[in-house]
Amino acid sequence: MNNALAVASVVVKELYRRKDFYVLFVLTAVITLLMGALNFFNDDKIVRYLKEICLLLIWISALVIAVGTSARQIPSERENRTVFPLLAKPITRGQLIAGKFLGCWLACGLALIVFYLFFGVISVSREHQLPMASYFQALWLHWWMLGVVVAMALLGSVLFAAPSSNATICLLLILGILLLGRHLNKVAVQLAEPMSTVVYVVYFAVPHLELFDVRDLVVHNWDPINWLICVGATFYAAAYAVFFLFAAWLVFRRQPLV
Amino acid sequence: MPAPSLILALLFVVCFTLATWLQPWHQSWAGGRAQSSSLLDIVMGDSQQLFANHFFTKADVYFHSGYYPSVFDQAIGGAPHMTAAKDAATEHGPEHAEETGFLGRPRDWIDRFSRNLYPSRHSHLDSPGEAREILPWLRIAADLDPHKVETYTVAAYWLRQHLNKVDEAEQFLRAGWRANPDSYEILFELGRVFDENRGDFQRASNVWELAVRKWHERSARNGKQDDFILEQTLTHLAQLEEREGYWEKAIAYLEKLKAFSPHPNVIQQHIEELKRKAVAPSVPNNSVSPQAGKR
Repeated sequence: MNNALAVASVVVKELYRRKDFYVLFVLTAVITLLMGALNFFNDDKIVRYLKEICLLLIWISALVIAVGTSARQIPSERENRTVFPLLAKPITRGQLIAGKFLGCWLACGLALIVFYLFFGVISVSREHQLPMASYFQALWLHWWMLGVVVAMALLGSVLFAAPSSNATICLLLILGILLLGRHLNKVAVQLAEPMSTVVYVVYFAVPHLELFDVRDLVVHNWDPINWLICVGATFYAAAYAVFFLFAAWLVFRRQPLV
Repeated sequence: MPAPSLILALLFVVCFTLATWLQPWHQSWAGGRAQSSSLLDIVMGDSQQLFANHFFTKADVYFHSGYYPSVFDQAIGGAPHMTAAKDAATEHGPEHAEETGFLGRPRDWIDRFSRNLYPSRHSHLDSPGEAREILPWLRIAADLDPHKVETYTVAAYWLRQHLNKVDEAEQFLRAGWRANPDSYEILFELGRVFDENRGDFQRASNVWELAVRKWHERSARNGKQDDFILEQTLTHLAQLEEREGYWEKAIAYLEKLKAFSPHPNVIQQHIEELKRKAVAPSVPNNSVSPQAGKR
């Protein structure tokens, strides 16, 4: 465990040394503030459109950070040949995967905290209320969703040759799931056999990342989600993250490093 | 084989000749955007209308607090029937609403579980002032497609009825009128601003009369238009004249309304009633009504 934590701490340090997070945060802040400066019918209490835009930017930024950070971890270690001294520490390949995952996931968590703090400030400044439970649930579920994304990108990084192709494929998959995942069952019932069964199998097999997207509930001030549902969603994400990490380890443990 | 410089010179001459021919053609081309004064027109062209429709729908989504059918739901259940779903929810409880709403019964455990994580109950922006949240999308929709009349009338309705922003409603309707000078829908809504919010009956009457004229003009030009707005306009005109004590004018509007109304008998009864009032000596003098001085 200590080995994995040591690797993770290096990955977290890498995040705040790189410019990705700062650029994305500044972009999010600038666009949100510019949109907030718009005047609609002399009403300064309008807030939901601003919350929606801010959350959308946060989701885009978080996905870019998660996929970008995790897709390059193992390929860059190979390219720089630092993987050899690392594995000679001694540290097993499983610990390396676990450490990389933990580092990327924690780094995403830190970035999310900053993003959601900004979102909270913007929201409070207009709405004069802070639904802490809803915001915490949104942050929590978002973080766990990123855990699945990070694990998926790590698996991609041992499957695909280049980080760029891995990142592109991962982002396309994630976007596809986010946009269509919820509706695949509706599509399936309208198809003829055997396509209906195929689509249904895909529907049950893919990790439903859209479950963790509770932006609409936050934007429209719905009541907080039942905590048991949150726990269920957490286990669901944990199961998929473990599955992808295990698959990554299975591929990586027998893979030649050069 | 000619020298490369000669080929280059020939290509240059061909390009120059084409440019002198294409440039004037492009300037006079009806589909060109170079003359447009708006940056949005140049960049987005006709796609603006698509986005305008999207943002108009977005306002409706906001009005329902995010509870709105996706394209996949609409493919199965048809167009959204929000009112029906709401009535079902209030009358028969949430279980019945689950069956009759656009979501239907959950199809599987993922479907059932996911309904806890997005707006899955019918809801409206009913609290005072909450309706303001739909306004940004209507404003953006109007900026993108200034010829979508519905955007102006819907925004004006919410501004004046629910947010008490009469000035903003009037300004927005006037902007819509400038972009759509033939719109009887905008004129009808503008008349309501004058009548119901400003108490300026003279202007309201003038604007509604213009709306009726525009309706007939458009009907003559483009075929028969939607009766509903004409019916509404004539009803409001008749009510206004009756309120002001101008029985004859009120009767004249009701006679016109009778031709379009689905209940001509009711209208006829009202006409008879007004005729009796007009001849009765006890009723206030229709030529010296309290507001007659304004007219």
